[in-house]
Amino acid sequence: MITLYDYELSGNCYKLRLLMSILGVKFTPRPVDFYPGREHKSEAFLRLNPLGQVPVLDDGGLILRDAQAILVYLASKYDPSGRWYPREDAALLGRIAMWLAFADQITATASAARLHDGVFYELDIDKARAGAHALFRILDEHFWFAEQTGDQWICTRDHPTIADIACFPYVMLSEEGGIPRLPYPAIRRWTDRVKRVPGFVVMSGIFPTGEAV
Amino acid sequence: MNSSDPSHDQVVRDEWHVLGALEDLSARPDWDTRLLGEKVSIRRKAGNTFDVLGKDGATLQSQQRYGYLWASLGTPARPLFAIPEFDEPDRRNLNAATFGVHVSAPRAIENFLDMGHFPFVHTDYLGVEPHTEVKEYDVQVTNDGHEVLARRCRFYQPRASSVAEQGYEVEYIYRVPHPYCAVLYKANAIDAARMDVIGLFLQPVDEEHVKANMLLSLIDDASSDTTIRAFQQTIFAQDKPILENQIPLKLPLDPRAEMPAKSDASSITYRRWLRQRGVRYGTVAASA
Ligand SMILES: N[C@@H](CCC(=O)N[C@@H](CS)C(=O)NCC(=O)O)C(=O)O
Ligand SMILES: [Fe+2]
Repeated sequence: MITLYDYELSGNCYKLRLLMSILGVKFTPRPVDFYPGREHKSEAFLRLNPLGQVPVLDDGGLILRDAQAILVYLASKYDPSGRWYPREDAALLGRIAMWLAFADQITATASAARLHDGVFYELDIDKARAGAHALFRILDEHFWFAEQTGDQWICTRDHPTIADIACFPYVMLSEEGGIPRLPYPAIRRWTDRVKRVPGFVVMSGIFPTGEAV
Repeated sequence: MNSSDPSHDQVVRDEWHVLGALEDLSARPDWDTRLLGEKVSIRRKAGNTFDVLGKDGATLQSQQRYGYLWASLGTPARPLFAIPEFDEPDRRNLNAATFGVHVSAPRAIENFLDMGHFPFVHTDYLGVEPHTEVKEYDVQVTNDGHEVLARRCRFYQPRASSVAEQGYEVEYIYRVPHPYCAVLYKANAIDAARMDVIGLFLQPVDEEHVKANMLLSLIDDASSDTTIRAFQQTIFAQDKPILENQIPLKLPLDPRAEMPAKSDASSITYRRWLRQRGVRYGTVAASA
């Protein structure tokens, strides 16, 4: 049985809800009172994850932290097609790992800005926003070139990988941190593609494709 | 003093304004925030009392009520609005969250009053297509002109609360007893004779930023705080991008500025009521 220590408004938790929905993997959410309760800093939670962060996944006693690590695990174990994390292609694996690390940098910038504006984290907001824009410029340029050769996804042509899942949430939520996506048309085309993946689910703050926001 | 500057809106300065949940404020010794664009300092004292200091260091009038700290930059003419249900002994009272939102306080109140957005924004929770119709309801100004009251509001909701197991037509009452605060009464999913209370108390940080505090006062002795909070936060976070994309972020008070649909009877009344009270802060004034 899979338990996800989950906070609805966390983009990192959403990465896992999204992939499990796409793969049709059943799980039980265990809600964490992240805000305002700070349950992720409680003694009991720190025993689960000494970093004091959500998400944490418990699969039959195997406890994993870090959204990217958990995406690797879930795709390796529960995707019989092997397309979300193709394990035979060394070069591709390297590129996926590279963009998983990039996703964590999006967390450190765009997500931090959102936490500052929404739940009053004390941090250098100008630096966080500038950092997110620098990453978004890189990502937008990456997609622009990818599209020239017919690649639809961050690392691949026709089928997305976990790199797409990892980068998607905090790009989509960036406006809540005062980071507009208007200057990044190739990113916007890609986020629309992600929303059309079969099994796609939303989280609060993200709307299905074709709607107002 | 520039009389057209809305920050000198004396009606608003004389109101009580919320400054955060006591539970959160008690966890930190000092906390600076902003109210109507001005710096306000909260100093915790012994026994979990607080001093609230204005930008010049003078002590402001303050009080604790409904689990929140309230203060005024001016001289309140009346006591803070009443929520008698809050003191009922079997109520679960908690702050669901305090969220920063890039919008004016009146826009946030207006959205809170509007049932029309439920099926589109809170899909599968507070509404679902094809149940999009807002049935006629009653709106009036009551309490000597101090409160907007909407009654007999009904809406089909697939999942009205964290304990609702099936969809049903939910009855609502909305009160707006303060320009920046609204109180919603909603039929309880388990005990039909009682109503859950949800308060939306907005701290007007400046004209286009609020801190939105959500009070829950529920008849529910089964759910955990975490579950109750999660449900309310999920709903509010669905509204957030809608609020932050309003153009303009301030609420236009000119009756001709926006053409509200018929379902917006409470919105029309709320805007007119703000005009009559002379509330300008967070609004775009009606042209003469
Ligand atoms: N690298 C981690 C980062 C997770 C993370 O930043 N989680 C946030 C919530 S979305 C958190 O728990 N923050 C609390 C903290 O870092 O103290 C991951 O991708 O899972
Ligand atoms: Fe809403």
